[in-house]
Amino acid sequence: MHTMQVLVQTQPGGLMSIISRGFFGRQPQLDDPSRLPPGQYLTEGFPVLSAGPTPRTRLEDWTFQIRGMADPAPSWTWEEFTALPTDTVTVDIHCVTKWSKFDTVWTGVSIDLLLDGVDTGDARFLTAFCDGGYTTNLPLDEVTNGKAWVAYQFDGVALESQHGGPARFLVPHLYFWKSAKWVRGLELHTEDRPGFWETYGYHNHGDPWREQRYSGD
Amino acid sequence: MAGTAVLGRLNWLAAKVTHIRPETERVRSIFFECPGWDGHLAGQHVDVRLTAEDGYQAQRSYSIASAPEDDHLVLTVERLQDGEVSPYLADVLHTSDQLEMRGPIGRYFVWERSMGGPLLLIAGGSGVVPFRSVLRHRVASQVEVPTRLLYSSRSFDDVIYQEELAALAAYDEIDIRFTLTRSQPAGWKGYGRRIDHELLEEVSWKPEERPLIYICGPTSFVETAAGALVDLGHDPALIRTERFGPTG
Repeated sequence: MHTMQVLVQTQPGGLMSIISRGFFGRQPQLDDPSRLPPGQYLTEGFPVLSAGPTPRTRLEDWTFQIRGMADPAPSWTWEEFTALPTDTVTVDIHCVTKWSKFDTVWTGVSIDLLLDGVDTGDARFLTAFCDGGYTTNLPLDEVTNGKAWVAYQFDGVALESQHGGPARFLVPHLYFWKSAKWVRGLELHTEDRPGFWETYGYHNHGDPWREQRYSGD
Repeated sequence: MAGTAVLGRLNWLAAKVTHIRPETERVRSIFFECPGWDGHLAGQHVDVRLTAEDGYQAQRSYSIASAPEDDHLVLTVERLQDGEVSPYLADVLHTSDQLEMRGPIGRYFVWERSMGGPLLLIAGGSGVVPFRSVLRHRVASQVEVPTRLLYSSRSFDDVIYQEELAALAAYDEIDIRFTLTRSQPAGWKGYGRRIDHELLEEVSWKPEERPLIYICGPTSFVETAAGALVDLGHDPALIRTERFGPTG
């Protein structure tokens, strides 16, 4: 009876799930299944996803700025930035396109350190801005207290340009589009301003544990 | 054409297979009817969810191969070795089976008639799938937008949509060019190498004509094509990319 369909378990969206005849899948054999957010699968590779060409910024032209509150905006050259104290963190990352990768090792400067001494005033949100025009928005309290970095090494070596080098934002507890590639600075705002994917149908917040993939999730 | 504004949550919908069309040895197109589908734009994708009898679920995203104007929602799926979902879709699923879909997703890698052109589409392998949607939308909307597709495949037998592309190429202002990178049949008149600067310069309009460029394929293909077009002077802001990672 190959056309027989079975319905199980009520979903939050109201629809019952359809059992796919002959689909067995590959249940991940994980030491700790709770590490994998809902709807994700584990990959060993490191897929690349970007909306446009990989930008080319020479390191001598690279700066990192924190705009929006302090005047003049705090700014670092590449030389200054890479002289700042770094953290090396081992984190799991989760892409909205369903792959997750465990135990990735990044080296970079914490947002706490970059904001240290900056009067953030009434700012409660920020926009990460990037070469190539990409932006993404986050609440300020999602990137402070050891939750986010500007990373420029992956696995101990310089971050490849296709993965966001020379430096990318790293916010591992949110879907990975929030970890903007080719980041050049943060702009602080008092109000939330949706970024690139956030205006093209993706969720404004992007928590993988609540499966906030798309607008309305 | 609905679907441009996502107001509420995208819900999972039951989609039923109406028919299946083999494309190549590893690729087939699956035609669905999906009651409740609210329309899509050419270039968007959809999430597919499969549920095993024990309740285990797997989700993947697939580009939509059908145009907004088409009667059926079409996915064209390539069987990936070691894939979890694609072998099921490419080998096991058959007519009148159902699965769940949620979408449409992504509003950047899209082309609508109002965006105009010239329109340059560059596909590597199964990266041609969203361009089937774009080309069919381009024809259905009857706009005079000069359109070119450059499609790179390994061999002639790996070319997806062979007959359809031949038919589309018969339209005025639609120009389809192939390159076969590994082997070419006797008498082949298309290109016979991997894309490079020279090939892209021959195929693309001049940067001053500001073509809208869409590139879809494996990461290395997209990097090469996008990088070469930037080198040739094309505005990076006019180049949209979609990269297929090694996901299955």
